[in-house]
Amino acid sequence: MLAFTLRRAIQAVAVMIAVGIIAFSMFRFAGDPVNQMVSIDTSAAQRAAIRESLGLNDPVLVQFVRYFVNALQFKFGISYQFRLPVADLLKERMPATLELATCATILAMVFGILMGVYSALRRDSFLAKAFQAISLIGISLPTFLIGILLIYLFSVTLGWLPSFGRGEVVKFGWWSTGLLTISGLKALIMPSITLGLFQMTLIMRLVRAEMLEVMRTDYIRFARARGLTTRAIHFGHALKNTLVPVITVTGLQFGSVIAFAIITETVFQWPGMGLLFVQAVQNVDVPIMAAYLLMVSLIFVTINLVVDILYTIVDPRLRATISRPA
Amino acid sequence: MTEPVLSVRNLQVEFKTRRHALRAIDGVSFDITKGEVLGVVGESGAGKSVTGSAVIGLIDPPGRIAGGEIRLSGLRIDNLPPEEMRKIRGKRIGMIFQDPLTSLNPLYRIGDQIVETIRTHLSLSEQAARKRAIDLLAEVGIPAPEKRIDGYPHEFSGGMRQRVVIALAICAEPELIIADEPTTALDVSVQAQIIALIRRLGRDHGTAVMLVTHDMGVIAETCDRVAVMYSGRIAEIGPVQDVIKSPLHPYAKGLMGAIPTLTGEDHRLVQIPGAMPRLSAIPPGCPFNPRCDAAFDRCRVERPEPLARGAQAVACHLYDIKVTDNAA
Repeated sequence: MLAFTLRRAIQAVAVMIAVGIIAFSMFRFAGDPVNQMVSIDTSAAQRAAIRESLGLNDPVLVQFVRYFVNALQFKFGISYQFRLPVADLLKERMPATLELATCATILAMVFGILMGVYSALRRDSFLAKAFQAISLIGISLPTFLIGILLIYLFSVTLGWLPSFGRGEVVKFGWWSTGLLTISGLKALIMPSITLGLFQMTLIMRLVRAEMLEVMRTDYIRFARARGLTTRAIHFGHALKNTLVPVITVTGLQFGSVIAFAIITETVFQWPGMGLLFVQAVQNVDVPIMAAYLLMVSLIFVTINLVVDILYTIVDPRLRATISRPA
Repeated sequence: MTEPVLSVRNLQVEFKTRRHALRAIDGVSFDITKGEVLGVVGESGAGKSVTGSAVIGLIDPPGRIAGGEIRLSGLRIDNLPPEEMRKIRGKRIGMIFQDPLTSLNPLYRIGDQIVETIRTHLSLSEQAARKRAIDLLAEVGIPAPEKRIDGYPHEFSGGMRQRVVIALAICAEPELIIADEPTTALDVSVQAQIIALIRRLGRDHGTAVMLVTHDMGVIAETCDRVAVMYSGRIAEIGPVQDVIKSPLHPYAKGLMGAIPTLTGEDHRLVQIPGAMPRLSAIPPGCPFNPRCDAAFDRCRVERPEPLARGAQAVACHLYDIKVTDNAA
């Protein structure tokens, strides 16, 4: 078990080094950073001085190692547009994105699993068929369109929910949360639905398909032959067996949720990392882009690692194969 | 004469398809008394397993019991509400399935599965149920049960898993066990052990056993009586020695003739020509008539009803005295 975790952790580090190389190379291919920082009337001598002070004349390898060592200490350089350390900018924006992504994922899991289980067990009911139809919409409609439709309905027409921003936030040290104020919660509703809808339909369809599959297995038939209650069979025996693929998909999707948050954050002007990234792209703010890339990769890699470990908790068979590696 | 543990009368099971209802079981009747092992044998698709499923109330839609009645120690169980039937399953009727590798939920410890079943049917505390589970595992021959109880199914071999399945089937001391091909998926050496175990449990607890199989060897070793099924009907039923030594029904004769013997003289095995009819194309009269050497006109129009011949009963016009008189 420990060896397995270690092995996966080493793989994760290798992935992060590869991503680091890509992030670093962005600096070299996305224009001259000195030009981004200075105004038109800066003299050539001044430019050379800046270049020297930033260490841009050093060999590439030296620069990469420096970048890497700094990145390990969460020093991602100074943003070209804000003239502030990128790490501070990200730190300020991260709570908004993480709260949004977490809410969206929880929403997607709770409703996705409930609807999936229901539509598997009551396959022929009207509601199950309605869920199937809705899930088609959820899968095929693009995120920004859903966001705009929601804004049109609930903000413009009905005026129930704010159309943009995070509402009031409460600060805990550097973490700012919108979960403790009414306006913060209200502002969270529509972005969470917009961001989570796709995952929800995905989870629902997955749970439904898996559940139907599991209900046909011999051990469910045997559980019925043992006279267990319907509830114990459905929620004890069947649901647990559908969870392994659901954990994988939800876990991997959490990374995509954060990445896709770019669109949702743009639609709702949500002050998170995604919005920061979009602004950075528009202004060729390479330090932010590179740092964002590293952050998102780190989240992806971490989630993958956690998912791998979670498997072994749910499925004892994997524990056996892992402790006896082939 | 005590009441039989299981009494099935004129059972009919239908599977509804888009166009018409297919009759998988058509007029099956038999009894099993306390401590008796009844073998049910026949080709694939003869309706052996469906009969077992009908008795325990696990016919899934589109199938349904279309007629007849099933009584468990006198109580009619074929028309019970689902919740009542659920309480009988596992408590008064235990079932053993064919494949022990897939019968157990892979994500739960076997002890948890046994305790869960015990506590569903008997009001025992967690500790008492666990103690009982250990005793059950010991009874079905699992070594070091107090250790093995915390194992997961994948940590057991096929034969050991079938023992666990049997422990699950008997955990509430049922009156009847339905064993649906319990040895088909096992090694021959393990088969004998499992058969001996089922036999012993039936004797020790006075449990009636309905043993569904297509293995005549298993039938000969285990059963007191045997029912030969063909196309959803019982062709012949009787004490196992009689049916094996002197089968009456032409199909049963063919079946017994197809068993190779180790000691027997060097004769060719009998082969029954043709195949069992599909459910959608069962011929009128006796379903066996197209394959039967002895078939005559009546077999093609009139369906034979079971006739008593000593301890055996056979559904064949050849044994109807009237007809032989008329023919003579």
